[in-house]
Amino acid sequence: MQSDLSNQLRANQKRVIKDKLVKYSISSGGALVLVTLLLIFGYLLYVVLPIFAPVSIEVEKQFTQTKNEKIYALGLDEQNDISFQIDEQGTISFISLREHDLGDMLLQKKMLSSPVAFAQTSPRHNTHLLTNQTGQAIIFKPEFDTSYPNDQRLISPRISYPFGDQLIDIDPQGKAINVVSFELDDEYAAIAAVTSDNRGLLVVFNATEDMMTEEIVWESELIELPSMPKNVSQMLLSPDFNNLFIRSNDNLIVYDISDADNIRLKSAMSVNAPGSHVTDIQLLTGASSLMVANENGVISQWFEVLKDNKRSFTFIRDFSAGESIADIVPEFFRKGFLTTDKQGYLSIFHTTGDTRLLNEKVSNNENLSVAFSPRANALLVVDSQQVTLYTLDNEHPEITWSALWQKVWYEGYPEASYLWQSTSASDDFEAKMSLVPISFGTIKAAFYAMLFAVPIAISGAVYTAYFMSSSIRSYVKPTVEIMEALPTVILGFLAGLWLAPLIENQLPGIILLLITLPLSIFVTAALWTLLPNNIKQAIPEGIHPLILIPVLLLAGYMSMSFSDTLELWLFDGDTRMYLTNELGINFDQRNSLIVGIAMGFAVIPTIYSIAEDAIFSVPKSLTMGSLALGATPWQTLAKVVILTASPGIFSAVMMGTGRAVGETMIVLMATGNTPIMDWNIFEGMRSLSANIAVEMPESEVGSSHYRVLFLAAFVLFLFTFVFNTVAELVRQRLREKYSSL
Amino acid sequence: MNKWFKSGTPWIWMTGGAVSVSLIMVIGLFVLIGWRGLSFFWPATVYEFDMVDSQGVHSNVIGEIYDSETVLKQQLVDAGITGLEGRGDTLERYLIKVGNREYVELDFQWILETTIAGRYVPANIVVLERTKNGNFYGYIKEIQENGKTLSFSPEQLEIELAARLELTSTLKAKENDLLKGDIGRINFELERIRLNQRKLNLEGTLTPEKIVELENQSQQLRDEYLVLEKQLFAYRTEAQRDSVVITDMTGRDVVMPMAKVLDFYLPNKMTFFEKVKHWFHQTAKFVSDDPREANTEGGVFPAIFGTVFMVMLMAVIVTPFGVIAAIYLHEYAPKNTITKFIRIAVINLAGVPSIVYGVFGLGFFVYIVGGSIDQLLYPEALPSPTFGSPGVLWSALTLAILTLPVVIVSTEEGLSRIPSTLREGSLALGATKSETLWRIIVPMASPAIMTGLILAVARAAGEVAPLMLVGVVKMAPALPVDGNFPYLHLERKFMHLGFHIYDVGFQSPNVEAARPLVYATSFLLVTVIIGLNLAAIAIRNNLREKYRALEH
Repeated sequence: MQSDLSNQLRANQKRVIKDKLVKYSISSGGALVLVTLLLIFGYLLYVVLPIFAPVSIEVEKQFTQTKNEKIYALGLDEQNDISFQIDEQGTISFISLREHDLGDMLLQKKMLSSPVAFAQTSPRHNTHLLTNQTGQAIIFKPEFDTSYPNDQRLISPRISYPFGDQLIDIDPQGKAINVVSFELDDEYAAIAAVTSDNRGLLVVFNATEDMMTEEIVWESELIELPSMPKNVSQMLLSPDFNNLFIRSNDNLIVYDISDADNIRLKSAMSVNAPGSHVTDIQLLTGASSLMVANENGVISQWFEVLKDNKRSFTFIRDFSAGESIADIVPEFFRKGFLTTDKQGYLSIFHTTGDTRLLNEKVSNNENLSVAFSPRANALLVVDSQQVTLYTLDNEHPEITWSALWQKVWYEGYPEASYLWQSTSASDDFEAKMSLVPISFGTIKAAFYAMLFAVPIAISGAVYTAYFMSSSIRSYVKPTVEIMEALPTVILGFLAGLWLAPLIENQLPGIILLLITLPLSIFVTAALWTLLPNNIKQAIPEGIHPLILIPVLLLAGYMSMSFSDTLELWLFDGDTRMYLTNELGINFDQRNSLIVGIAMGFAVIPTIYSIAEDAIFSVPKSLTMGSLALGATPWQTLAKVVILTASPGIFSAVMMGTGRAVGETMIVLMATGNTPIMDWNIFEGMRSLSANIAVEMPESEVGSSHYRVLFLAAFVLFLFTFVFNTVAELVRQRLREKYSSL
Repeated sequence: MNKWFKSGTPWIWMTGGAVSVSLIMVIGLFVLIGWRGLSFFWPATVYEFDMVDSQGVHSNVIGEIYDSETVLKQQLVDAGITGLEGRGDTLERYLIKVGNREYVELDFQWILETTIAGRYVPANIVVLERTKNGNFYGYIKEIQENGKTLSFSPEQLEIELAARLELTSTLKAKENDLLKGDIGRINFELERIRLNQRKLNLEGTLTPEKIVELENQSQQLRDEYLVLEKQLFAYRTEAQRDSVVITDMTGRDVVMPMAKVLDFYLPNKMTFFEKVKHWFHQTAKFVSDDPREANTEGGVFPAIFGTVFMVMLMAVIVTPFGVIAAIYLHEYAPKNTITKFIRIAVINLAGVPSIVYGVFGLGFFVYIVGGSIDQLLYPEALPSPTFGSPGVLWSALTLAILTLPVVIVSTEEGLSRIPSTLREGSLALGATKSETLWRIIVPMASPAIMTGLILAVARAAGEVAPLMLVGVVKMAPALPVDGNFPYLHLERKFMHLGFHIYDVGFQSPNVEAARPLVYATSFLLVTVIIGLNLAAIAIRNNLREKYRALEH
């Protein structure tokens, strides 16, 4: 007996433990739902946030180096292992930045004794030129060879001479060259120079391959520039060899040198900021933008803009660095640049992002030079006392709040605009990542879909819930609801390949439907009232839809077959041409009308189902009371039922909108996916969701583009979250209200 | 009249009209897809048109009437077409599928009714289905063996063609078996040996003996391969023996190697029953064959397989979580803020756009989880990813999250229908809560769970947008299940019916030729999904009835 009881107790204890265990595991399973949602939210945020992270620099390596000579040029190899400096003595020095031999001189060579002027190409070609007193120049390029002895990467410096290691004659008269500019690419090179007696020279080089030896031979041609301003302070050649910029104090002269035989003056203007003077000009990567630095710390951006069929250099925007700017350094591949000032402050900017990303003091003395590393992940700062390598954390400078949501004046565009154009074949392409046009597309698609869906779904719900007999209702409701299960890819396919050509061909008929369908319903209703009473009474209540189906089909068929005749009468036999030519309305085959119908189709069941539930569950006592007081069924419906159920209908519309906003396949397949901003119903759009579907697979992991696409997903997530939560809260309150009635 | 409007009667009719419009749209859609999808397999009549152009020159066109439309005469005149005087305002225009893609400029031609001088239905026109370049229309002229013409009477020709085609098909099937079976296995093994060697090397345990051993293994496989290769070439040469000569619509004789012909039929000779038989035959081929010619011809078997496999995998993942969450919400959850949050989370999981799940799946599952798995378990294959690239497992997981709310809502509904007297009775008899759950509640709710599962499967089968990011491809080289160890390859990419529709309908080079196939695929997908939904509704209704009976 005793042992029986204890056995039982032990067994019970086991059962209790088991019960507890089940309880905890099920509870944690339940919490998993919440965790999943938070995980999605958190993960999206985790990917998105780095684009808004502030830019920072941090000292990585530092060593002392006394250097009193002015540094002409400074650079790094791709791995940030070796730096080079070119100073005013004409010496190039390669200095190690590696841990084990930090600060060691690896290679030093005097390129030219007592040089007069210096020029360098755009950073990615990294070629330099020094001129002497007698009109000659040496052209050289610091190179870095990578080898793998013992499976260890070893980078060794080397100097190469693209034009041979001999001096090149620039001025045949042998005068000193005071100001020079130089640019080269694989098959073309140019040197622009001003001599001490103020003649402007342009030497153009063409590369030809020797058939026999397969060696590259450069052929040069000397051209005298037509006129030269006095006191030329700076010259710049654009890397596409189209423009030559000559700055004389605050004035800028631009020559069009695209045709060497016909050099013409393109424009001349003052480029200084109001009340200040220009200190430096520099080209941004991509050759379009000219940055002008001023004494008061203002840097202005200029590029060519097409205005009244004429290209002219236009002031675009300016940045403020605060202090007088000593130097502007562009990045290698992006539209960013940095400035240094006399106080030793360093600022980093990005033109598309339109912001100052960083402002930090890096030196205490005036003799400051800074260089970007080729991958823009490090900065080399050299002053007269020390050399410092900073790591630079600046992954996504082009993405800022203003670049995403405000108008941006992109290079080459006539005005500031909202644009989405994320990729291009070219390297120095300015990515245009404004979320405005694709958000607009999302709203446009959802708007037209709701325009189509809401009237049909809600009136359908009203009829089904209020007038329809329950036997018919039990068939009709599931039939409409099963639409929700239809894969949207099928709706998209039908919309794109069946509906779009149909509407294009039968547009007048489709527009006619808007009139004939309601009209035919009215006519049927009127005829119905004229029917003798005994027939009317013999037919059961609430079968209007069944009577109307053949009527509507007939009306639809008639409108469609009348379409051609109508087209001939009203639109000169071709509606599309008529719309474009006479009314100036663009017509795309896959347009918002198609999306509206197809997506409306997809959201009708959502709205219908929820609204029907809300109307159906209005307590019968309310309607009975209203009817008993003498109201007609329609009055009861309009004044009592719909009013009571309105929160439910509202939540149905919210849910429907949420669905329309996030729908991907229909928009993807039924529109041309062009990111335009126009409410025209006959043009397409590109929505956030379709944009993600199209671009995500090609996007490089961790790039700005990738993160912006995640941001688009995050925006969608938040949007639908708000809509669904509001709709659900409204529904819950309504349910409580009904139950209290 | 005014009174009539005031009474609201016309408005009631209007709301009724909205229901009619919805019904017309739903039913119309099913009819459209069904009609277009199913008629694709019906052997269409092949016509021979005698065409005459404005100069009075005659030419022949053989083909199926694919589509027709009415055009306004005005538009044709504007387009510069002459000779339309004395015609009505509208004219008929036919789209003819002329096939023979490599011999004509356009394999779909629009012809205007005015250019047709005569239309005939010759009985002995033959349609050849080919491995490349679509259908071929023409007349059988002769059969050649090794380039030499064999003499047959016209009646014998068809029978002989069928017999020889059968022979060639058998050879090709053998060749294919060899290629996919034994040779596929050898390639797989060789790759495994290579990875094994790399792995040992990375671990630093690659001894010279091991190298020799692995080298021996791969040498053995290579020897085996050489034998099989000989066999393969033998099959190929044998299949090259026969060819058929077809006269096409321009009167040119085209020699068609039998190996390129898949099937032939003479649609104009067929009786109705033969056509029905042919229809079933074509339908069967559609669901069991591999796609050909960039998916625009052939069957959809890999897509069906991929869809079913992925959905089953998803069901395995989603069911336990969904059921547990539903049980928690209905049986355990206290009435507090956290429960409210969980309910809002469920609603939101159902409402979040599917593409967002795709983005999440790609970033989190593929790159983070998959990338980590690769680092830990498959370092030898890096930098080429194993699990770190989109695949069927990640698709299933992503869709499991997407369909989780469906299972939860459905299961919870089922739980709420179980009368509380049953719970109380069980507890009163001394069962613990978990025992009540396990023995009473869950078994009773199992049809509801089933309903939820079916609905989840239906939802997952139709979802495309997230899959485009996490694992679906237009052409998967291998199925996720095969005869090579470990038999289930969850990291592989797969094909999916929904994506197939998108891809073939919108990305294929020849949309016109592919369109019927898209309709057929759509019909297949719709049938499956609607079928699943109807089954779920039936189970649910059945359940409701049962519990209603229990309550009284």
